[in-house]
Amino acid sequence: MNTDSMKKENEFMLGARDAVPIALGYFAVAFSLGIAAHNVGMTAVQGFFLSLLNNASAGEYAGIASIAGGTTLAALAVLILITNARYLLMSCALSQKLDPSMRPVHRLFIAWGVTDELFGLAITRQGYVKPSYLYGVYITALSCWAVGTAAGVAAGNAFPAVVVAALSASIFGMFLAIVLPPARKDKAVFAVVMASFILSSVCSYIPLFQSVSESIRVIILTLIISVCAAVLKPVADEETEDTESAADPAKGRAKGLQAVGKESVA
Amino acid sequence: MSAVRIWECIFVLAGVSYLLRVLPLTIIRKPITNRFVRSLLYYIPYATIAVMTVPAIFAVSSHPMAGIAALIVAGLAAWFTSNLFLSAAGASLAVLFVELLI
Repeated sequence: MNTDSMKKENEFMLGARDAVPIALGYFAVAFSLGIAAHNVGMTAVQGFFLSLLNNASAGEYAGIASIAGGTTLAALAVLILITNARYLLMSCALSQKLDPSMRPVHRLFIAWGVTDELFGLAITRQGYVKPSYLYGVYITALSCWAVGTAAGVAAGNAFPAVVVAALSASIFGMFLAIVLPPARKDKAVFAVVMASFILSSVCSYIPLFQSVSESIRVIILTLIISVCAAVLKPVADEETEDTESAADPAKGRAKGLQAVGKESVA
Repeated sequence: MSAVRIWECIFVLAGVSYLLRVLPLTIIRKPITNRFVRSLLYYIPYATIAVMTVPAIFAVSSHPMAGIAALIVAGLAAWFTSNLFLSAAGASLAVLFVELLI
């Protein structure tokens, strides 16, 4: 074995090891997502591929919820576009962390696993991130995500209703852990979260809005609230590159998005 | 819902998710500089996740108090500890507690 391939193997093993704590969390959350998938009539195989191909907790949850309520494919596409919009920003930042001389085909594989937590791991590496490191991370964390979902679907039948209700609540606990810590640090995020809670509740209890499907309601409310926040309280204008400041979440709320990933792992 | 329909939904979800991630890594390759777009992308995840949490959390159990308890317990855990596991476990235990004991 030459030194080059040994190095590659080390990077791969290092990534695989770094991702273990995230993988455990992923399995647990994916499991409750699987129960939700089971409730809308998905099979374990479908749950497995849903997670393997999406790698997005909130996005998959939104997808499952709107499949349950009946949806058009176009509405589904817009919904996932909105719920996963943050990955666009993360991929932009990650792009700066990749060696420009790397074989371009790696970018196609690296894109597959950009999630809040794994992005957090990649962005804190010194210098360029090696594809082999990311593949180690992906294989550990994302296999647990996909298998956890399939296990949740399979177990959906086996548990009593009380346990299913309790496990279903855990995904909302995870959502709260994503939105509340940044809300504590940034008043604008706090206002966005509270406005979302209130308007979302109002819209689902007022008869006029009840005819609108779940996914359309999420899309419309998200856009209205985010546009208002972006107009009233735009993020700080930064001269620095995304990558640089993303590695340091203390640098300001413009980069709070990246900080989310890291915090939710802790 | 038919199996074919579910597969269609899965592939639409997967396709859009992948495009969002792959375009900045292949075609765009530059940081987004437009301030409004960056602001929008900053706020969207918080708004969308919060909209999906409430009132949906109240529907996990037929017992009306269970969802409220889950929101309070998980909310406090998230706020004070920023810990994903404590918050997720807190939501589950709150529902279990209310359903079994009240």
